[in-house]
Amino acid sequence: MNASKRKKMSLSKRHNLTGWGFLAPAAILILIMSFVPMVKALILSFQTGIGANMKPAGLFNYQRMFQDKVFMTALKNNFLYLIIQVPIMLILALVLASMLNNKDLKFKGLFRTCIFLPCATSLVSYAIVFRTLFAMDGFVNTFLMKLHIIDQGINWLANPTTARAVIIIALIWRWTGYNMVFYLSGLQNIDYSVYEAARIDGASPFQSFWKITVPLLKPTILLTTIMSTNGTLQLFDESVNLTNGGPSNATITMSHYIYNMSFKYTPNFGYAAAMSYLILILVAILALVQMKVGDKRE
Amino acid sequence: MKAKKLISLAMTTAMVAGLACIPVSAEGDNTLTVWCWDPAFNIYAMQEAEKIYQADHPDFSLEIVETPWADVQTKLTTAATSGDLDTLPDIFLMQDNAFQKNQISFPDVFADLTDSGIDFSQFGAAKVAYSVVDGKNYGVPFDNGAVVAAYRTDILEEAGFTLDDFTDITWSDYLEKGKVVLEKTGKPLLSMQAGESDLIMMMLQSAGASCFDEEGNPNMVDNAALKEVMNTYAELVKAGVLIEVNSWDEYIGTMANENVAGTINGCWILASIQTTEEQSGKWGITNMPALENVEGATNYSNNGGSSWAVTTKCANPELAFDFLNSTFAGSVELYETILPSSGALATYLPAGESDVYAEPQEFFGGDAIFAKITEFAGKVPSNNTGVYYYEARDAVATAITNVVAGADVDAELQTAQDTISFAMGM
Repeated sequence: MNASKRKKMSLSKRHNLTGWGFLAPAAILILIMSFVPMVKALILSFQTGIGANMKPAGLFNYQRMFQDKVFMTALKNNFLYLIIQVPIMLILALVLASMLNNKDLKFKGLFRTCIFLPCATSLVSYAIVFRTLFAMDGFVNTFLMKLHIIDQGINWLANPTTARAVIIIALIWRWTGYNMVFYLSGLQNIDYSVYEAARIDGASPFQSFWKITVPLLKPTILLTTIMSTNGTLQLFDESVNLTNGGPSNATITMSHYIYNMSFKYTPNFGYAAAMSYLILILVAILALVQMKVGDKRE
Repeated sequence: MKAKKLISLAMTTAMVAGLACIPVSAEGDNTLTVWCWDPAFNIYAMQEAEKIYQADHPDFSLEIVETPWADVQTKLTTAATSGDLDTLPDIFLMQDNAFQKNQISFPDVFADLTDSGIDFSQFGAAKVAYSVVDGKNYGVPFDNGAVVAAYRTDILEEAGFTLDDFTDITWSDYLEKGKVVLEKTGKPLLSMQAGESDLIMMMLQSAGASCFDEEGNPNMVDNAALKEVMNTYAELVKAGVLIEVNSWDEYIGTMANENVAGTINGCWILASIQTTEEQSGKWGITNMPALENVEGATNYSNNGGSSWAVTTKCANPELAFDFLNSTFAGSVELYETILPSSGALATYLPAGESDVYAEPQEFFGGDAIFAKITEFAGKVPSNNTGVYYYEARDAVATAITNVVAGADVDAELQTAQDTISFAMGM
């Protein structure tokens, strides 16, 4: 019965069905595991209350977060990381990628692996390693004192400026290699003869980087910028494990505060969900702006 | 072809059925699942309790799952908000400071123990109060968090002091003597984790004060006790008598590496101190310094401690009640076993009279420290920690960090109070 029915289908219909058949399991899983919780969180964000005792609250949570001083501090911290860390990291990644793209460079594979390797470490363990490195009696202080650059140990994580700097340094260490790989794969699509032609025409390495590499890599740069923006706004592990948000909330991120609101403090899930949605809205707006600015294809 | 299909169908069905079977454990009726977090301490105590109960109930067994406190909180929150309590154990350990918050947030999780047959009058009243909500008991008290001041007697001697010079003193005595110790030995008296407010909370409770008033409203701005605590703390840091470190490991490290001459914390800290065996005999304990200008100030306080809770998911609550009643709430023998090896000090009053408590401890210069701590515990003033305890802790930690960096105490306390009022105004 089934078999005879199937024979009546046209070839394209059958192809379509096969396609949907392969897509369905993943699509259904994403729907259940990802989209349903998102919708539920949206509904939750219009409620308020302690723990399991929730009651409807309309837009109360969304108004509330703008009066929340800690959340505003966290928001500022996130943007500080975004504005300082993302450009440094992406430029560094781009420079490293074009250096490693050099045909004459020896041990290219080794260098690439070394720079990419930090990405393979777990977020929690690398954060703890950095905390140990920058401790009072940690490696960094000992090293600087041995070189007589400083006389006594700096308490890196106890000062707002240095604590933020440590987080930014840690982020750059962890993510530069990751972005470099995107640039390297983008560079494979640029024919090497273009560079040779430029050199014959008397272009300096800087000029060919600026005039050839950057424009041709624009789509990749756009992609990495959006991904980094997204990642920075959701920053969590570094704030929790490296500085614990301190000193006095100088390094706390929005996600860390949302976690505290849900699991450390008297739980207010409605408010936590509303703050999560603000992050979503911010990411969406920033991605849109970047696409409008960066993507000039008509 | 068809046979093959049938076989594969049968296989798939078997596999799915097999998967579905996994969560349904084949436990008998005499097994209870327990969550607690410290192998050297509360897990060990549970194992000993299991042995004691097994003597009368040979079929009985416990399944103890090592679950760090942060995970207990996260899992509890997840299970309670999803409404699916099946992932929860029968019994779990809960930090006293988080007890009321969790009971009020997730009332469906906690089994009411008021009529379970457990005699709560056998425990210290201030301790039981942590797990009482609306007059009902939800927890069986476990360990004691009475504060001890532990000093390296050898270092004190080097500076010309003895343990007696640090007994029944005030914070200004402590500061003056601390300066002498620092000058003569180069070692601060105390280390604390920056960004945490343990010491501040201990100092507050030593005078029966807290960040909240009787009704649970935030009370920080016009709180004379809190103001004195903040000023004292800042002075200690400025004088170098108290050094702040950035993580718990560093804090433990200051003691293990002999960088400090002492510490002040809940008596559970003694377990960590004792891990450095070569320091045996060099430590001594006494009570903590008292606040000076605050009414009701004492030399005694409390930090930490936990209680056992039974979940409503428990299929056999009678068994859970009877188990707790015959062990943690009824067996002096249990506390006698766990005390010497783990330092788990009882809040079960009949256990305090046991001879084991009066035995001298080699590590602490031959002093009968457990009798001493039990005595301290009886003198701890109770205070109102409130449902918003953790918010208050963080707000105060933020304030003290700024005060140490030079900010004005009154302004910072105002900010802290605003933060708490904001958190409560949902």
